[in-house]
Amino acid sequence: MSVVVRLPGQLRSLVGGVGEVPVEATTVREAIEAVDAAFPGLATRVLDDDGGLRRFVNVFVADEDVRFLDGLDTVLEAGQTVSLVPAVAGG
Amino acid sequence: MNFATGLRCRECGTAYPDEARYVCNNCFGPLEVGYDLDAARGVVTRESIQEGPLSIWRYGALLPDPGLAPVDLGAGWTPLRRATRLAEVLGVRELWLKDDTRNPTGSFKDRVVSVALSSARRLGFTTAACASTGNLATSVAAHAAFIGWPSVTIIPADLEKSKIAMTAIFGGTVLGVEGNYDDVNRLCVELVDEHPDWAFANINLRPFYSEGSKTLAFEISEQLGWRTPDQVVVPVASGSQLTKVAKGFKEFIELGLVDGSAPVLFGAQATGCSPIATAFSTGADFITPQRPNTIARSLAIGNPADAPYVLDELRANGGDCGSVPDDEILECIELLAKTEGVFAETAGGVTIASLRQMINRGTIDRDKSIVAIISGHGLKTLDAIVDTATVSSTISPSLEAAEEALRFHQLVAAS
Repeated sequence: MSVVVRLPGQLRSLVGGVGEVPVEATTVREAIEAVDAAFPGLATRVLDDDGGLRRFVNVFVADEDVRFLDGLDTVLEAGQTVSLVPAVAGG
Repeated sequence: MNFATGLRCRECGTAYPDEARYVCNNCFGPLEVGYDLDAARGVVTRESIQEGPLSIWRYGALLPDPGLAPVDLGAGWTPLRRATRLAEVLGVRELWLKDDTRNPTGSFKDRVVSVALSSARRLGFTTAACASTGNLATSVAAHAAFIGWPSVTIIPADLEKSKIAMTAIFGGTVLGVEGNYDDVNRLCVELVDEHPDWAFANINLRPFYSEGSKTLAFEISEQLGWRTPDQVVVPVASGSQLTKVAKGFKEFIELGLVDGSAPVLFGAQATGCSPIATAFSTGADFITPQRPNTIARSLAIGNPADAPYVLDELRANGGDCGSVPDDEILECIELLAKTEGVFAETAGGVTIASLRQMINRGTIDRDKSIVAIISGHGLKTLDAIVDTATVSSTISPSLEAAEEALRFHQLVAAS
């Protein structure tokens, strides 16, 4: 199904400068892999060597932190936005 | 005289120029301001510091470059008070309070905002912004008003009324978000990508901003007569204050400005938002985010940015992290007020209750010196105590009624 991946400024140079990339995916992991397939290099910036999320990247689905959901296996609904957000901010 | 250099990633070491940038492009690690301490050694001296102003800017050589002149409302150089009566109640030998209620807007945030907006002005920004649990918004709005800048402060909509009023009065735009601080923070991280010309104190200016908390360590050291305390208790929200307090002591030691070794650091959290205390007690290297539910709103960050570094600092020298329920927070606001004449906001109650908890379980040594950081003024969280802290009696304006009330309260003998 169609979802949108929203990228932070630090990753936009990888995707031609845009902030949002529409992809076909059913989970968060698939959405990240789909962006990586179109714009190689994204996945290694966001995922560690074991395929988990890097510790300084937070992911939100429909404004909810995926650590409150099923992490990278969180199931997406059509039209939802997956936001990748730097973790070290605020406070 | 300033010894700041460019920015450097704390994780992978990648160097960046002196600009508004907060995470590493390679690994998303946090960026920090570097200093040429070799050049500073022997130049930044006790004497050179003592010749400076009575504000955080007496340590300006060891802060980010403020440009032509700092944005200085007078943050810092707050009292370090010997707390003998509270020490007696808690059964400890030497207790000090770093009374940061005495800042221009009533919290330690004036330290970090003064640094952030000085850097922002030097870098060419003209609008101040932030994501805040309240105290930061107040300080950003005040400092922006002071230099004639517009401000955009973004807070949870249901914050304490006093904190909202104290922010709005300075005339900036205050956006109340339907959500908690973590929602506000995520929103602002996305917003800064759309408005890179706004100086978000704790986002794109965060490497500069956070350095301001080092001045707590600098002042404590100088006020103790150029020696380090043995133990310091620090309230923990994002964890930035604690990690920068640690950095401040290390820099002073490295420069030979202070006698003694790095203090053992102790964290203080409310049980209703205690992701770092929980990770500490379970031995985890990373936190599980929590949905905050506590009266200590200024510490209600369920997804703290600096958590891994706080855990490192707490474990470095045998520290600990308190976790205290709301009823103890209220009790300890009162205990601090009654024993020392210091009125703290809820975060101060968290610090004192955590101090007591860690003394009682033996992780804080009763016989060694202790400094507790009281980070904000009680007027900011009046809502929390207004129902219990009230008149002892209401009387008619007659001598008879007054004498009767005084007898009731046992201030004069019953006749």
